[in-house]
Amino acid sequence: MTTVVGAVIVALLLWLALWTVVARDAFLAVAGFVVYGLLLSLVWVRLAGIDVALTEAAIGGGLTGALLLGAVGRLRGTEAATAAERPGPGLRALAALLALAVTAALMLAVLSLPDPAPTLAPLVVPNLQSTGVGNPITGVLLAFRALDTLLEAIVLVIGLIGVWSLAPDHAWGGRPGLRYQADPDGILAYLARVLPPIGIVIGLYLFWAGADHPGGKFQSATILAAMWMLVQMAGLSDTPRSDSGWLRLGIVVGPLAFVAVGVFGIPAAGAFLAYPEGWAKPLILLIEVALLPTLVLVLALLMNGPPSRHGDAR
Amino acid sequence: MISVLDLFSIAAIAGGCFFYLAGTVGLLRFPDAYTRLHALTKADNLGLALVVIGLLPQMSGLLAAAKLVLVWLLVLLSSAAVAQLIARSARRQGGGQ
Amino acid sequence: MRLRCRRGRAMAEFLLSAAAFVVLMVAAGLVRVARGPGRAERMMAAQLLGTGAIGALLLFAVATGEAAVLDVALTLALLSAFASIAFVKFALRQDQAPDDAEDAA
Repeated sequence: MTTVVGAVIVALLLWLALWTVVARDAFLAVAGFVVYGLLLSLVWVRLAGIDVALTEAAIGGGLTGALLLGAVGRLRGTEAATAAERPGPGLRALAALLALAVTAALMLAVLSLPDPAPTLAPLVVPNLQSTGVGNPITGVLLAFRALDTLLEAIVLVIGLIGVWSLAPDHAWGGRPGLRYQADPDGILAYLARVLPPIGIVIGLYLFWAGADHPGGKFQSATILAAMWMLVQMAGLSDTPRSDSGWLRLGIVVGPLAFVAVGVFGIPAAGAFLAYPEGWAKPLILLIEVALLPTLVLVLALLMNGPPSRHGDAR
Repeated sequence: MISVLDLFSIAAIAGGCFFYLAGTVGLLRFPDAYTRLHALTKADNLGLALVVIGLLPQMSGLLAAAKLVLVWLLVLLSSAAVAQLIARSARRQGGGQ
Repeated sequence: MRLRCRRGRAMAEFLLSAAAFVVLMVAAGLVRVARGPGRAERMMAAQLLGTGAIGALLLFAVATGEAAVLDVALTLALLSAFASIAFVKFALRQDQAPDDAEDAA
């Protein structure tokens, strides 16, 4: 029975991917992409990758959809010109052929892996107790490969700076986007008052559970950012001013704390980002707590876009 | 020997599956956007409720059971609200098609 | 985190079959989303996935005893609502596009 369902889901995913690529309208493509992301989280659950399923559901489902819809909105004016420039069928056939060739090469590579595929997982599990966390993924992300996580956090902040740099000169330091309007007695406003408290509790629960069970700061930050965006979308709160001191402090506190912990490791344990004996769990907790506001702010601000109106002039 | 609780679970989950079927049939066969919305948000929702009720006896811990009920309540709240919002948007776009 | 096993093989099989059935219903419903004329049908996609995938996940969680899947269902519940609202807001913006005075505060 489960093989039948697996086959159905795979066929569905392939069909959905094709449909998204050939959709005439950008809105259709985004809808297809969001459905694709949500279905993919089912696949991850089936493959026993619960942490990945959580991230896929959160990012692939909600946030990416909202981000792409914002992009589609901004591209409305240019859609006619783009449609006029569509490449001819010959070029499109060539592109399809290339994509198929890459897919076939990837499939061959995966299928020709030796049967116990080379992996470091058996080394992680026995060494996990020294990190003090029970979830091996958290252990890898924040202890064994903490450097990767640090660089990813820094890349996120740089990405945000890149988005902000698109602001016109007069709007620098102002608020991104337009203020959403919604009937203050309407359903959207009601939903935006009821859901965020629940979402915040769930987000913080996931953050705390990430130490020993699937979860962690990234999924938690995604939920918190989505709740904040919900409040903005209902017009209950304006987008934040990008020259706010607290905002900027919140954005950099994560990477700064991470680097500070890393530098602390040099005299204390002999290498950058090394954790002294017995200090692993508190240091990991410190890094996670510092990274949470960074991730929430960066994700929400990325969805808001570049500042476009000056703070004072509304 | 199947216990009474297991029998209850099976009955409730079978009922839930029936309502999922009803919702999907409605989604595929109803004539316009508003009726399809109802099939989707009301029937599927009821299916989920029956599934949750059927799973509750299988839970062995208060936290897990509470999570189950929380999921159900969240879906109830959000689908009711979203149904209204989508219907309003469909109406603005110009009558149900 | 494992849910303590209170059921036998038969029950787990039944739960898995129910989960499979729900997934098939979602697959069938997606046909309407693909074909449906009008934007409203596409906006329903997030809701369809929401209720359907959540039902399947809950059944799967109890069938396999893996409690973390319940957290995935929780996340999905929140985020599919968020995605649906984003779609509605986007459509609202498009409808009001010629009317810039509406949006500018």
